[in-house]
Amino acid sequence: MAKELVEFRNLETHFSTSAGTVKAVNDVSFSIREGETLCIVGESGCGKSVTAMSLMQLIESPPGKIVGGEILFEGKDLLKLNKKEMSRLRGKEIAMIFQEPMSSLNPVFTIGKQITEPLLYHLNMSQKEAKARAIELITMVGIPRPEKIFDSYPHELSGGMRQRIMIAIALCCDPKLLIADEPTTALDVTIQAQILDLMRDIKSKMNTAIMMITHDLGVVAEMADFVVVMYAGKVIEEAPVLELFKDPQHPYTQGLLKAKPVLSQRKERLYSIPGQVPNPVDLGDNCHFHDRCEFCMEICKTKKPPLRTHADAKHKTACWLYEEEGKAQ
Amino acid sequence: MEQPGNPTEQLQEQLKIVKAESPWRIAIRRFAKNRLALIGLIILVIMFLLCFIGPLFSPYTLNQTNVGNKNQAPNAQYWLGTDKLGRDIMLRVMLAGRISLTVGLVATAISVVIGAVLGAVAGFYRKYADTIIMRIADIFLALPTLPILITLGAILSDLKIDPGKRIYFLMLIIGLLGWVGLARLVRSQILTLREQEFMQATEALGLRDGRKIFRHLMPNTIPIIIVSATLGVAGAILTESALSFLGLGVVPPTPSWGNMITAANSLIDFRKRPWTWIPPGMCILITVTAINLIGDGLRDALDPKMKSR
Amino acid sequence: MSQYIIRRLLQMIPTLIGISIIVFAISQMVPGDYITATQNPNMTAERAEQLRSLYGLDKPPVQQYFIWAKNMLVGNLGDSFQHKMPVTEVINTYVWNSFIIAFVTLILSWTIAALVGVFSAQFQYSFFDKVVTLLVFLLMSLPSFFIGLLAIKYFALDMKLFPTAGMTTAGLNASGFDYIKDVAKHMILPVAVMTTLQIGGLTRYFRTGMLEVIRQDYIRTARAKGLKERTVIFKHAFRNALLPAITLLGFELPGLFGGAMILERVFAWPGIGQIYLASLNLRDYPLMLGFTMFLAVLTLLGNLISDILYGVADPRIRLK
Repeated sequence: MAKELVEFRNLETHFSTSAGTVKAVNDVSFSIREGETLCIVGESGCGKSVTAMSLMQLIESPPGKIVGGEILFEGKDLLKLNKKEMSRLRGKEIAMIFQEPMSSLNPVFTIGKQITEPLLYHLNMSQKEAKARAIELITMVGIPRPEKIFDSYPHELSGGMRQRIMIAIALCCDPKLLIADEPTTALDVTIQAQILDLMRDIKSKMNTAIMMITHDLGVVAEMADFVVVMYAGKVIEEAPVLELFKDPQHPYTQGLLKAKPVLSQRKERLYSIPGQVPNPVDLGDNCHFHDRCEFCMEICKTKKPPLRTHADAKHKTACWLYEEEGKAQ
Repeated sequence: MEQPGNPTEQLQEQLKIVKAESPWRIAIRRFAKNRLALIGLIILVIMFLLCFIGPLFSPYTLNQTNVGNKNQAPNAQYWLGTDKLGRDIMLRVMLAGRISLTVGLVATAISVVIGAVLGAVAGFYRKYADTIIMRIADIFLALPTLPILITLGAILSDLKIDPGKRIYFLMLIIGLLGWVGLARLVRSQILTLREQEFMQATEALGLRDGRKIFRHLMPNTIPIIIVSATLGVAGAILTESALSFLGLGVVPPTPSWGNMITAANSLIDFRKRPWTWIPPGMCILITVTAINLIGDGLRDALDPKMKSR
Repeated sequence: MSQYIIRRLLQMIPTLIGISIIVFAISQMVPGDYITATQNPNMTAERAEQLRSLYGLDKPPVQQYFIWAKNMLVGNLGDSFQHKMPVTEVINTYVWNSFIIAFVTLILSWTIAALVGVFSAQFQYSFFDKVVTLLVFLLMSLPSFFIGLLAIKYFALDMKLFPTAGMTTAGLNASGFDYIKDVAKHMILPVAVMTTLQIGGLTRYFRTGMLEVIRQDYIRTARAKGLKERTVIFKHAFRNALLPAITLLGFELPGLFGGAMILERVFAWPGIGQIYLASLNLRDYPLMLGFTMFLAVLTLLGNLISDILYGVADPRIRLK
């Protein structure tokens, strides 16, 4: 079995707002193994992006702050590194691409300048070497006429092309981990498929681990080796992808899978999980899904369920339905 | 047992929240949170009270000269001292404030009326009206304001206009030269507003143009008008004081903050009797700062694009 | 690009005509003329009439306007009554005195404002930022002449740190380096006051610009690339924050050559602004009109320059 690359241990990232403290990431633990693609799934606001930004240590502070836990990267705790050590890792060992390719590139610099920047900074390449490498990268992400693109400005490229450039920038220093925060959400469906293909291709070629954040179960099915489901700042279920699709345990995960349209089974109405995502301010110490859950029990409203294996060794769920205390009721 | 997730109940709950917060109330709440703006407001209120009510409590009168008490430094009897004619500086500063504040307010009111109406007409009728008004705006924008004001001030002096009436002309002149900025803001706002659905509704109702402009479009531009007017008052006070300092704005015997500072033109007053010219200068500075703070607070409070800073 | 510039220059013509009519009409409203304003007791009525017809002051206003406008088109602004030489020459003589203080002020105020604005935005909500915000409001609210007078009183008269007024020490017959040193000493106070007056608005502009830019996605990208915070702020963010500021640079043009009228008078600086104020007292129409038009042309050119600069600086904008 592959070695663990990243391990989140009881991570707590909080935001202070005028309405109160938001525990955006609340006691989150999971790990990513080398060369593995891990997908974090959840609705917007469930803390999946904040988890990734915590790993990069790019949480805007104030109002955000990592208040507890550890993030181990190859065994060292990233939260104990100083600013300089952390910035040496960013872009070199851990790279990230974002949801909005249209605005993620600096409009006043050429593509070439933006790709070569980390090469010059992290790898101390000469201008000439960096340019050669950049052209190679642009070709690798599947853009024709790389020399011309090298001298172009971002506004001259389409959204899909820009996302490819973002990927090229992310890959330029051969990172061990690539974080992709909803990389295809802002793109057209056909372009989405191309970008996903590209990422899969890269993964097989370079053996880069990918931490992919998405709310799209289609993306999960295509990309993931392992899936982590988050709800209101907590991990509620994690499992290998096949296992999760075959046997979703948490009622929320079951709901998500039911909400997804399936072509072969047309229904009168698409299923949707009743209720709304809870107000993130000052959530209690209980199961945060309880007020939307059709199996809600008394214990769910008062006590938070532990994340534990129940059937398969790699499949963990945080739900009272599978606990002795729950079953007793 | 009570059903917690009852959809009707939830909807009612949400509606309650929406109802309680009108945009104006949100704006007031935001403004009240802005400490600097509140300080500005307090200072301005004090300044107004001082200028408009203060003189009533003064034992002196405006042009009461008392040669026996001339050129006194600030003391218990004359809090800010006296000038070379033995007049009480404190009283003069307060009365000058009345003039300066009034000129600033009225001049801005004139600019706002012209700017808002022309801007609305240009934005509403577009085509020729827009072209003509915006052309005129271009001309006014490139017009060197200070030389024009100075020339007009000189004309007023040459026509030997009574100093009491002169301030009316002054307000008019400053007002006439200051409308362009607001006209452009209102125009662009109206241009976007008239494309929105509620205007199609007024079309369907067959409302007259005047009603459409003043009842339906203008109310939406009030926030920018308020902000622009507030900052305009600050600018108008500065303009008036500069003109008066050059002897071309408010002229003696009517006191204004600007023309009181001309005391500094006499070397001995300038050097040895700073109480003759520093207090009116400080009043301008404090008042204009206060107004600018309020204007900025209003901008933050009224402009939803800025959100909370 | 050149097509764009030509089109814009042509568009200026109607605006300039409008301005010239307004300016001329206002100057015509001034009672009296140069002959009466000089108040020469030896002037006979006959001589006065002669002079009036010599200067063209006896013609009807409309005719005077067309004569003036026609001459202006060929660059002839007429002769200044007071200086007895062409207006263009008067402007050329004094405008450079205005230019040196305005130019030094421009460099100083932009540098300081950019630095303070950037730091204040980077450390938003810090104590430094709060002090800056308050100072900005104070500086934007300063009446120029008052702050000039205060500076002269305290720094020049009381502390005797600087000369009180003028551009050179009276009676000093220095040349070369000594002359430059003397002028520089006289410049310090007016430049300091002018910089103080300009810095407020500019700092605010840079601060707001930076605050907007550092929230952008590409700044997050730059950080995710592992660049140093200094590189992120001064290279990636500042370049973008500078774009709107470049527009302001064009608007500085009239101020650069137009002279700070009131402050030049307060500091007795022999710039074009002060000469203009003096021309008003003597009803020196050619100079008054000429200078006002000069300012208007500078304003319009400044607008054009700022548009061009913006197009040059922002790769997304191509002027056509």
